Amino acid sequence: MSLEKIQMDKENVEKRKNFPDFKSGDIINVHVKIREGNKERIQQFQGTVIQRKSIRTNGETFTIRKISDSIAVEKILPLFSPNIEKIDVIRKGKVRRARLFYLRKRKGKQAKIKQKI
Amino acid sequence: MSGLIGKKIGMTSLFDDMGRIRPCTVIEAGPCTITQIKDQSKDGYDAIQLSYDDLSKKKINMSTSGHFKKSNSEPKKKIVEFKNFRNKELKLLKLGMELKLNDVFRENDFLDVKSISKGKGFQGVVKRHNFSGVGESTHGQHNRLRAPGSIGAGSTPSRVFKGMRMGGRMGGKSIKQQNLKILKINDDENLVYVSGSVPGYRNSYVILEK
Repeated sequence: MSLEKIQMDKENVEKRKNFPDFKSGDIINVHVKIREGNKERIQQFQGTVIQRKSIRTNGETFTIRKISDSIAVEKILPLFSPNIEKIDVIRKGKVRRARLFYLRKRKGKQAKIKQKI
Repeated sequence: MSGLIGKKIGMTSLFDDMGRIRPCTVIEAGPCTITQIKDQSKDGYDAIQLSYDDLSKKKINMSTSGHFKKSNSEPKKKIVEFKNFRNKELKLLKLGMELKLNDVFRENDFLDVKSISKGKGFQGVVKRHNFSGVGESTHGQHNRLRAPGSIGAGSTPSRVFKGMRMGGRMGGKSIKQQNLKILKINDDENLVYVSGSVPGYRNSYVILEK
């Protein structure tokens, strides 16, 4: 039994196929299940993907960043979390690197990412 | 005490029912063969001997092959004795019987994992005994940031007491990690997912006890 095998479960390989292919620079909309006491509701979070981490393992995560009321919000979500209902790709972005931390220092028009056609 | 012998494979993570990430260690445990049964009348105590992992044919000598012949099993690498082996499901323990994961453990059980910890070499007092060091690098301090400080009084007792904590070899000892929860069991591939970390290197032998 190899380490690679346990770090990527068979179930997660199947689950991965249900998600659309997205990369950093893309704008995506994530439907996240939120539990408050006994109640469950779905919250949508739309923003730019600025990194994907530990790809092809059970612990794969992605970070999305959005500006809400002029305050930047970043969320790190595990891809295989049972709380993620759905991921929609809204716009593909054209970027030259895998991790877009330079966006944190930029504002307004400078923080724009060109659309990939 | 019942248990099994296994091999540490590595760490990964699982999600619990709330969707939270739980770090866990994957251990390949069993199937182990019972190669000897010791009893009160003959040996003075009750125990069974389990063995795990096939030995390559090159390394078999007459004495090992003779020992394993008694239980009609293949020669194995790792042999461990479990005192007062108790098992609810399997009341009859016979020589040469194979014990699998589901014979001994269930999901959500708690177990102890015993293994030899990673060797750290010669370490100072800060890493080895959690001393805090000097704490300041300025105010007259020079080259003693991680020093142990005083090790006792002077002319009385004019010696250092036994057991004084100092630098030295760290790790490489047999360590038992207690009360780890079994998060998942994969019977087909003999894998247990145990919450948290387990002492030792990858592919090192571990002893699971219940």
